Amino acid sequence: MSDATTVYELTNVSKTYRNEGKDFTALRDVSFSIREGEIFGIIGMSGAGKSTLVRTLNRLTDVTSGSVRYFGRDLAELSSRELRKVRRSMAMIFQGFNLLQQRTVIKNVEQPLRIAGVPRGERREIARKMLEIVGLSEKEKEYPARLSGGQRQRVAIARALAADPKVLLCDEATSALDPKITGEILELLAKINRERKLTIVIITHEMSVVERICHRVAIIDDGYLAEVGDVAEVFRSPKTRAAKKLVFPSNPYDPSEKDSRLLRIAFDGLSAKEPFIADLVATTGLKVNILSANTKSVGGVGYGQMVLELPKGEADREAVIAYFKRKGLAISEVET
Amino acid sequence: MSDYIVEAIKNGVFETLKMTAYASLYAYIVGLPLGVILYATASGRLLANRPVNVIIGAIVDVMRSLPFLILLVLLIPFTRFVTGSSIGTTAAIVPLTVGAIPIVARMVEASLCEVQPGIIEAATSMGASPLHIIIHFILPEAAPSLLQGAAINVATVLGYSAMAGVIGGGGLGAIALQYGYYRYQKDVLWTTVILLVIMVMVIQQTGGLLAKFRRKS
Repeated sequence: MSDATTVYELTNVSKTYRNEGKDFTALRDVSFSIREGEIFGIIGMSGAGKSTLVRTLNRLTDVTSGSVRYFGRDLAELSSRELRKVRRSMAMIFQGFNLLQQRTVIKNVEQPLRIAGVPRGERREIARKMLEIVGLSEKEKEYPARLSGGQRQRVAIARALAADPKVLLCDEATSALDPKITGEILELLAKINRERKLTIVIITHEMSVVERICHRVAIIDDGYLAEVGDVAEVFRSPKTRAAKKLVFPSNPYDPSEKDSRLLRIAFDGLSAKEPFIADLVATTGLKVNILSANTKSVGGVGYGQMVLELPKGEADREAVIAYFKRKGLAISEVET
Repeated sequence: MSDYIVEAIKNGVFETLKMTAYASLYAYIVGLPLGVILYATASGRLLANRPVNVIIGAIVDVMRSLPFLILLVLLIPFTRFVTGSSIGTTAAIVPLTVGAIPIVARMVEASLCEVQPGIIEAATSMGASPLHIIIHFILPEAAPSLLQGAAINVATVLGYSAMAGVIGGGGLGAIALQYGYYRYQKDVLWTTVILLVIMVMVIQQTGGLLAKFRRKS
């Protein structure tokens, strides 16, 4: 059914944990697909079910109903031997790195090759190449405890790449790192995606991670798939409440009156050249109150967003909204 | 102390070391795999298997709860069957081994439980089999803790070996009992006790140092 370029196809995936008579449903009827070569983000608040979701992708967690197809094969139908073989083509990195503390860096990187039965000499050679890719060649004899968090995650990435996987699953891989190191790790992942055409799935609770490197994104909210689509599109016009909550700037707005209506405008690098607020005032004579404004890079394109407080009268409000629509700006109402 | 007693003590040190070394070795040959099984078959682990876990756990705990002196006596027929004799240094190795196995098993299990679950999850995600995960991920990660446990176990076996003197086992324990206790030779008693204390301390310190040297985090 799925064409050659679909890596994962999830159909009505549900997961319920049974624990001493109490049921907990982590995923409800989730369906989407992941294409070969893309960086796919899965974002949600903590407890939304995204960690469970990524674990269904390599069957660390079995689904309760629905199916997860990997290059067309239903993972649930694999025997444990076949599953182990398939898992060798899916690498995973973790928030806590999960490196062997009692083994040197190079030995850690060799682990997947050892599992695949690659001979010792060849193992060492490949592992060295992987450390070179992540820029840690000089650390091969060190133990993980002596490395910084960012370096440890680089070792984990080298380890993940060693067995030449088709997919890289990242479970909150940057959540334990500071913003600068997060940026470096994301840069590395983007580079690997470009150069090796490796499909990458990124689980995160930070919109900034998704905006920075993901091509497409799925938003998970309370076990449901709230929204899925191109990152730029979701950023410009989020449709669901969950998406808006993630996309909108997190600084608190302080409208001048209780019943004010707030509007978020998102604009890409092109419309950003136009002084549209000044133009709004000039053409309609209406004034808006700017509550928040910032710019950021989404998928390599500069985007700006602004939260405005609309003028009081209903007719004036509609006129402002009509103006922005005419200008082709993505607008959405912010709940106060 | 007369010359023959000094000679007997020298011999006793050698016998004690021999009993401790062999009994510890054999106890680990059996106890290490048992500990791994206890760990791996517990619920939620790699090879979760309730019947196996409960049965082995029960046997281990029953053996462990028997006082060692009682075990010595109970095992006399078995010892005679294995070594052909029930007295002497070689014969004492059998009850020492049997007595140490359950302690080793539980100690190994406790060490393995310290390994971070994330390591096992990572190994599973790489497509490793349960046996591969145990040998190449769990045991190496637990190595420092296993060494620390081994020091405690060997010291315990050494202490037990002194008790073997009661049923005719050799070693420092027998000398302390025969000369020191039955013949009121306090100097012999104290000499053997001090030697035993020194031996335990050396074992404990060596194990501790090895573990410290081995621990990289």
